[in-house]
Amino acid sequence: MDEFSRLSLHVPEPAVRPGDLPDFSNVKIPKAGSVPRPGVDVDPEEIRDLAYSIIRVLNRDGEAVGPWAGFLSDEELLTGLRHMMLLRAFDARMLMAQRQGKTSFYMQHLGEEAVSCAFRKALRKGDMNFPTYRQAGLLIADDYPMVEMMNQIFSNELDPCHGRQLPVMYTSKEHGFFTISGNLATQYVQAVGWAMASAIKNDTRIAAGWIGDGSTAESDFHSALVFASTYKAPVILNIVNNQWAISTFQGIARGGSGTFAARGLGFGIPALRVDGNDYLAVYAVARWAAERARLNLGPTLIEYVTYRVGAHSTSDDPSAYRPKTESEAWPLGDPVLRLKKHLILRGAWSEERHAQAEAEIMDEVIQAQKEAERHGTLHAGGRPSVRDIFEGVYAEMPPHIRRQRQKAGY
Amino acid sequence: MARMTMIEAVRSAMDVSMARDENVVVFGEDVGYFGGVFRCTQGLQAKYGKTRCFDTPISESGIVGTAIGMAAYGLKPCVEIQFADYMYPAYDQLTQEAARIRYRSNGDFTCPIVVRMPTGGGIFGGQTHSQSPEALFTHVCGLKVVVPSNPYDAKGLLISAIEDPDPVMFLEPKRLYNGPFDGHHERPVTAWSKHELGDVPDGHYTIPIGKAEIRRKGSGVTVIAYGTMVHVALAAAEETGIDAEVIDLRSLLPLDLETIVQSAKKTGRCVVVHEATLTSGFGAELAALVQEHCFYHLESPVVRVTGWDTPYPHAQEWDYFPGPARVGRALAEAMEG
Repeated sequence: MDEFSRLSLHVPEPAVRPGDLPDFSNVKIPKAGSVPRPGVDVDPEEIRDLAYSIIRVLNRDGEAVGPWAGFLSDEELLTGLRHMMLLRAFDARMLMAQRQGKTSFYMQHLGEEAVSCAFRKALRKGDMNFPTYRQAGLLIADDYPMVEMMNQIFSNELDPCHGRQLPVMYTSKEHGFFTISGNLATQYVQAVGWAMASAIKNDTRIAAGWIGDGSTAESDFHSALVFASTYKAPVILNIVNNQWAISTFQGIARGGSGTFAARGLGFGIPALRVDGNDYLAVYAVARWAAERARLNLGPTLIEYVTYRVGAHSTSDDPSAYRPKTESEAWPLGDPVLRLKKHLILRGAWSEERHAQAEAEIMDEVIQAQKEAERHGTLHAGGRPSVRDIFEGVYAEMPPHIRRQRQKAGY
Repeated sequence: MARMTMIEAVRSAMDVSMARDENVVVFGEDVGYFGGVFRCTQGLQAKYGKTRCFDTPISESGIVGTAIGMAAYGLKPCVEIQFADYMYPAYDQLTQEAARIRYRSNGDFTCPIVVRMPTGGGIFGGQTHSQSPEALFTHVCGLKVVVPSNPYDAKGLLISAIEDPDPVMFLEPKRLYNGPFDGHHERPVTAWSKHELGDVPDGHYTIPIGKAEIRRKGSGVTVIAYGTMVHVALAAAEETGIDAEVIDLRSLLPLDLETIVQSAKKTGRCVVVHEATLTSGFGAELAALVQEHCFYHLESPVVRVTGWDTPYPHAQEWDYFPGPARVGRALAEAMEG
């Protein structure tokens, strides 16, 4: 007999499937306030353990504790709460609009609102995000008009993308929001390139790349980390780990690596893991990374540990692959409720004011929707011109596209 | 005016562009300190500093991906892919990103990048150093595709490409780097210094992208070619004595259809030549266009001469490469039909 038995392939499986009881015992949650806050010029080698922990500020009682607390005023926190509530209300209305046939497709942020809303506040005007499709909070928190977002979602006559791009694939150079591709991971290395350009020009602006847990498996993720590491690009590399890549649990992309953040360690990039449902923690970590970038100290990798409460998109049904009650069992709670609780504890907010704000915000969203709908929705009212199919492929329309446009009757 | 090889002409184009515009940056594998495996970027790092001309990790998707980000910032990256055969890891970035950024954002962001790559065979490079992937780019709306055939054009077209507001794929036939190779591999190489198109102005000039050039006037048959095949076609015409009109496309996209149609209507016969494989090659597009626009003027079917539909072999290179003998037979076939 040979000393080696036959080989077998290991295919990871999530702990539970539909019908099972949710189980997050594998998600180790450190106590809020327990993770130290190093100086931004720390040697990445000295903070390797931060890639395996979770930086948290808000504890179960709603108190802000530890070295990552204390960076935001009441007013700033109230603004943050408002942004998250706005994004949640926006999502609710747009999901409904999709079901009503006013658009073909929508992607919501439910449960992940803190990540993009708080992150935006750590950036300055002029900085550039290279987002995925689940960071609309970057626009909301920068006061980008909701009506514009809706015009894009409805592909109506005022759609800034002239009907050419899928709903939610926004673009706004002015608001530091690079045109969303819809491909995965391509934008990650582009963010590094933008940051390199800023450094080449001795500018002061920084870039931020965004990626999901699943698409860290793409080769562009690796390329981005290599280039960011080699050229010490002033870029923040964000991984939003919301546990699910459509129906695929995060273990398929993570493989044998302890965490997604730990992927940065081999590149010598400081890697931090943060409670993605904690507005204060997200802000504090983003601010730390932004400061490093602005001081020309190079890139930072941040993993936001969060949970995708909703479906991947309106084309997805999560009940087919995960327990229906899993989101309720998620140990890091809900970002809106947690910040609300904290603000009430601070004496800056109340249940009554929250209920009133919810109603006012919903009204604001509905008003914006009415205005957008006056300019059309996907199948009704004003829409982009057929000419728009042919325009903008190149700065100057080449003869062959002109011939095709004429053939189409325009 | 100086006598330049195509390598020197390409280098001069980047030099002139970097001197004129501080936003032009050049990078790729081995392009910095060493100056590139074909030496196209030699001296640029010393002259412009290592933040404007630098070496990169071996990552084509990284090279093109960062170039796209830099272009979004406002720079004008001119990057090198060491061999066209290595561009595939960057293909996602080129096709779904570079080519579509203007369109999908309605001009909010644009992507003025140039991706240079040595293309074609004739140097015993085997399967992975001989490919001609131009059709993989012409099939992508949003890219421009340029293939020069001589030093004068290479410089003027590359400057145009760098100044272009959209992404340009710039394929440099590597067998033409040092001389106007006509397919007669058994003969000594002619140097560009002995060719009039090796006369290259030192300063700035441009050749518009989208304009073909007739290299040989004739009335018997139209030959549509680009890159190395221009010189092969010229040799075939001389050797057969067939009165061929040889069109050098110079840019495949946008395409100078007018020049093609005028010539094909005049001669009534057409041969399309390229080094890339036959099936779904750019020659298929050219043959279709000639058929659509010149059908009632044609005396014989359009003939295609191309690389075989096989990977590029190593030892049998000269049985694969469409040399003057094969092109000559195609000219005769078109004349007989």
